[in-house]
Parts: sequence; structure tokens; C-alpha cells
Amino acid sequence: MSANSGGSTILRGEVIGLWGGCVAQVRRELKIARRRGGDLVNPLMFLALVVMLFPLGISPEPALLASVAPGLLWVAALLAMLLSLDGLFRGDYEDGSLEQMLLSPLPLPVLCLAKVFVHWLLTGLPLALCAPLLGVLLALPGAGYLALLLSLALGTATLSLIGAIGAALTVGLPRGGVLLSLLVLPLYIPVLIFGAGAVKAAIEGGMAGPALALLGALLALAVAAAPFAIAGGLRISLNG
Amino acid sequence: MAVKVSLRANRLACERDDRWLFRSLDLRVEDGHILRIEGANGSGKTTLLKLLTGQLPPTEGRIEWHGEPLAASREAFLSQLLYVGHAPGVSAALTAQENLAWAAAMAGVRAPDLDLERALEAVGLAGFEDIPARQLSAGQQRRVALARLELIPRPLWILDEPFTAIDREGVAWLEQRLLAHGDAGGAVVMTTHHTFHANGRVDSLLLGEAA
Repeated sequence: MSANSGGSTILRGEVIGLWGGCVAQVRRELKIARRRGGDLVNPLMFLALVVMLFPLGISPEPALLASVAPGLLWVAALLAMLLSLDGLFRGDYEDGSLEQMLLSPLPLPVLCLAKVFVHWLLTGLPLALCAPLLGVLLALPGAGYLALLLSLALGTATLSLIGAIGAALTVGLPRGGVLLSLLVLPLYIPVLIFGAGAVKAAIEGGMAGPALALLGALLALAVAAAPFAIAGGLRISLNG
Repeated sequence: MAVKVSLRANRLACERDDRWLFRSLDLRVEDGHILRIEGANGSGKTTLLKLLTGQLPPTEGRIEWHGEPLAASREAFLSQLLYVGHAPGVSAALTAQENLAWAAAMAGVRAPDLDLERALEAVGLAGFEDIPARQLSAGQQRRVALARLELIPRPLWILDEPFTAIDREGVAWLEQRLLAHGDAGGAVVMTTHHTFHANGRVDSLLLGEAA
């Protein structure tokens, strides 16, 4: 038997590691999302509607649309991400699951990272995959499609992570949605600039590489730092 | 035998919205203790549990786990704690069994399906394993939360109003379960107005008397 210093394990059940906890968290999120079906389609519908309205509102002229398409697709995708964030922690907050996460011996930032990963997988990645299809509606030049897909795939992951900080800070507030947007939007600006920049560069025959690399760097920074901010935000929200 | 639970609070005080909920509160929870925290609504029962689980810092005083400040031994403390809060922590979209499996994973315990079924059976939910929690009644949802007591072996239980919403049979079962946990060397801290049949076994702490 192991020495029992200061209350080490006396568990009869086998202990699972951090990895086991993450896997359980990811599976739970996927199951909840599957049963709530509708929430998955909402961001995609939003993106499609916005993109469809622009040719009607501005001008159906392909040359004009092509010049604004990169920025437009990126802004619409960014807003779609923002809309999906409000509910990220709300359900867990209301039913007490969040409290259980906070009192888990597993590190909270890692559990949060698992949760945000699923959010990106079910929101950001579908947006990145659908955006090129909608690019056709805006007469996006052929050179831009790959850059659009890659920049959105990288960028939406950063948006998920940054947005989750805002969602964590506002989860306890009755109408946190507006505050969430105000908190998060300024932090989204660099991602938008480099994301739309990558697509524009690809269209104009330049290199999308540098802008994509910067998006990657932003993502690396967000993965390293955001989980701790999210965990801190949740602790403040639950006990403030 | 090594001591499993040693939770002490010294001269604890908590202020909320410019009002002292309690001051110079001393408290000791050790193996075999069953402590009931009573008090009027708004007297700070849940707040006290939040202090004891390290979710809130006390305004004054200190809380020690095995002689060390709670904040410093947080991980060791949490790996010995089972907490069932005011909200049951049961997600409406998941089935009873999925909820319990997740709760076990969050506690860092591996839970094979057989154990999950056994725990649900113990709380009278046999046959409800695959029903989404949204279709269960409030009492049944609470039972799903209480199934953690059967599944996750932890010496210290901190329970916020565990007797709410469950029926008479459930109350009798829970009472037995709490006493059995105490007899097996575990410790229980709970807020409740419930009167135990074996009331001599239970220590009481009344909040809201102190100025």
C-alpha cells in the first residue's frame, strides 16, 4: 500500500488520468450537441443568409463583389462565431455541471480547452468548410479558395478560444450577450485583419503564407494562454 | 490507520453585501463526523459550504486541510472531496447513465458500465439508465446526482440540501447512506433542515445566531 501522507489516494475505483478526463469531456460535449441538433446549423444559416443578402443590397456586379468578398466572408464568419458563443457555458452553469468541473481534481484549464475544442469542431470548422461554397456566390476569384479555407480553419480556432474567455466572464449575467460582444470584438480584430489579409494576398497573386503563419502564431498564443483566462473567468463568474 | 479527513476552520468570518453572515466560526470535521449546518434562509449555509470547498475565500480566518491552508493543498483536497451542490449537476440532454459517467470522469475515477448501472440501481433508478434527464422528474434528477455517492469513493462528502425533492423512501435511503458513510470512517458536511432518526449521531451547527 502506498503511504498516506496528507490525504493521498484511498480510492477503490481506478484513477483515470487527465487524458481520460479530456476524452470524457469531449464525448459529453459531442453528445449534448448532437441532441440539440439545431444549434449546429444556426451559425451556418447565419453565414449563408448574410452572404446571400450582400449581392442584393450592394450590387450583383462580379468585379465589385470579388473585391469585397474576402473581407465580407471573414466578417460574416466572425459574427457567426460570436453568435454561437453566448451559450457555450450557459447550460453547464444553470444545471450545476460547471460547479462540478470547478471542483474536479483535474486541472480546469485543460477541461476548458477540451470544451472549446469541441466548440471549434462543431462551429468553426463547418464555417471554414462552407465559406468556399458561399465564396462562389460572391464571385471570389479561384486563387482565393484555399487561402479562405485555411485562414478560416486557423482563425476560427483562435476566435473560439478568445470568445470562450468572454463567455466565461459573462456566464453569470442575465443578459451577457451584448457585453460579451463588447469584450470580445476588440480582441478579434487582429484575427480578422490577418485572416482577410491572407485571402486578399492569395487573390492578388501574392503569398498567403506570411498572413497564415501569423494566424498560426496567434492560435499558438491563444492555445497557451486562453485556457487559463477561461478558467479564471469561470471561477470569478461562479463565485463573484 | 491514517486519518483521511481533517478539515478545520479557525475564526472564520464571511461578509456579503456589507453584512456579516457569520463571525469567528470554528469548525472541525474529521473521520466519522456527520455535521449538519442549519439556519434560516439567507443565513449563509451555502456560502459556508463554498468556503469549505475553497470556492470562495473567507473574509477572515483560515481553513486548513490536514494542517495546511486549503489553497495550498487544493489538489489533494479535491481528490478526497465529493460535492453535490444546490443544482444537481445533471445535464438535461444526457441520459442518467451518461451524466453519471461524466461525473465520475470529472472526479478522475474510471467507471465501467456495470458500476454505473449498480449505482443507479442503488438510488432506485434501475430501468431509467437510458432516459434523457430532461424526461426525469426533479426528484429523479436529484437521485442521479446522489448516485455519485455510490459510485465515487471519497472520504469527505459536502452536500448542499441533499434531501430536497426526493420522496420518503429516498430520504430514508439517503439517511442510511450518510450514517453508513460516517460509520465507515467517512465524513459528511451538509446543509439541511431534515431531522435524522438517529439524531444523536449527527452534530449540528446553527448559523445566524451570532451578531
